[in-house]
Amino acid sequence: MGSPPWFYRVSGALVRWLLPVTAIVLILGALWGLLVAPPDFRQGNSYRIIYIHVPAAVVALAGYYVMAVAGAVSLIWRIKMADVAMRAVAPVGATLTAVALFTGAIWGKPTWGTWWVWDARITSMLILLFLYLGVVALFEAYENKAAAARACAVLSLVGMVNIPIIYKSVDWWYSLHQGASIRFTGASAIDASMLYPLLIMISGFYCLFTVAVLMNMRSELIWTHRQSGWLRDLSGERV
Amino acid sequence: MQSPETSALSLGGAFAAQFRRHLKVLLASPSDALNPLLFFLMVVTLFPIGLGPDPERLAVMAPGILWVVALLASLMVSARLFGSDYEDGSLEQMALAPQPLAWLAGAEIMANWVVSGVLLSLVSPLFALMLGLASHAIPILVLSLLMGSLSLVLVGAIGSALTVSIRRGGLLLSLLIIPLNVPVLVLGTNAVTEAILGGNSMSWLALQGALALFGLALAPFAVAAALRISLDS
Repeated sequence: MGSPPWFYRVSGALVRWLLPVTAIVLILGALWGLLVAPPDFRQGNSYRIIYIHVPAAVVALAGYYVMAVAGAVSLIWRIKMADVAMRAVAPVGATLTAVALFTGAIWGKPTWGTWWVWDARITSMLILLFLYLGVVALFEAYENKAAAARACAVLSLVGMVNIPIIYKSVDWWYSLHQGASIRFTGASAIDASMLYPLLIMISGFYCLFTVAVLMNMRSELIWTHRQSGWLRDLSGERV
Repeated sequence: MQSPETSALSLGGAFAAQFRRHLKVLLASPSDALNPLLFFLMVVTLFPIGLGPDPERLAVMAPGILWVVALLASLMVSARLFGSDYEDGSLEQMALAPQPLAWLAGAEIMANWVVSGVLLSLVSPLFALMLGLASHAIPILVLSLLMGSLSLVLVGAIGSALTVSIRRGGLLLSLLIIPLNVPVLVLGTNAVTEAILGGNSMSWLALQGALALFGLALAPFAVAAALRISLDS
């Protein structure tokens, strides 16, 4: 267990099974959210972007912890696949963070009248994007890829310890600098008719994240083991 | 022949020796210690030129300006924290020493803090006066810079240890540690702003101290792990 050929085989079966599930869940959630769920009485239809925005943000944040845990596993037990997993998560997480920021800006324009507000949550997401990009950049900078993976593991662990501190401090920063900024409308509980499609979309995004990370890992394996026998044996059949 | 146990320095002795050695290296070229201060002065000069010389507005912005510039100056210091040790091989000797690498690296970080952070904090009232910071806020500024610069140099040391083996790692280092330094900036500016408004800054200073101690307890281990990776690569 944990060897590249074993992982390649198992992940292949998993992706083949998970990919259609992801597609079905995302299509179901999107159709429900975009067509069936009622329009918001204050925001009209523009609120529907939360069906992309919220899942992307939730999974982006969870992704950092997945990356840091994979980093810890690779540092402690020296499991090669954890290295591969860690470096596969970073670009996916960075993309999801960017999607969350981008869709947030699109939603902000009609709702708040501005693309960008220095709100606590937005600023924290921006810093999360920087943390992801730091890991990606550090990995690219090392020529020795085994050392790169361990360096990224240390960095992502340092980042994980820091994330709660960063979030708390940004909260304090925001509460002191409120001034003329726009606030989220009161914490009105979301109605079930809007909540169910959101939950479906969140689980869909988790599936999408898993599939993307697995596929990233598989392509990484193909590249690093392009000379080895087990891969050539496989490519005789189907990859 | 002595056995390694008797010839090895005690932990405290090793710390002191390492601290002194690094301090000597840093003070051997005074321009290296003074350049960050000069950088600080120049960037402080840029703000009134960029924002306009209105003294009232500058006084309000002074905490933020001073703290952002202190953060940038710390990037400059961090960029060459372990550089010379890596190049001349003393880092390998530290890794082979009987004392834990985290301990020896910690001594080096402390020496660096004395030369960069403490010096900067002691000179900072001068810069504060130039920006018209209220005089009763200046002691708070010095205190918060003293503790905050320790956090900055600790985080900077992690970044430096991760990038020391990379050619032209300076820019990468900034990318790695700027997001991690956000809490230091928030606590520091809030402490000084609170002091300007006449409030009690103690809670901010206490948090700043807590952050520095937290970093002091954990960062040397991350630095040691990162240094070993850099030596392997």
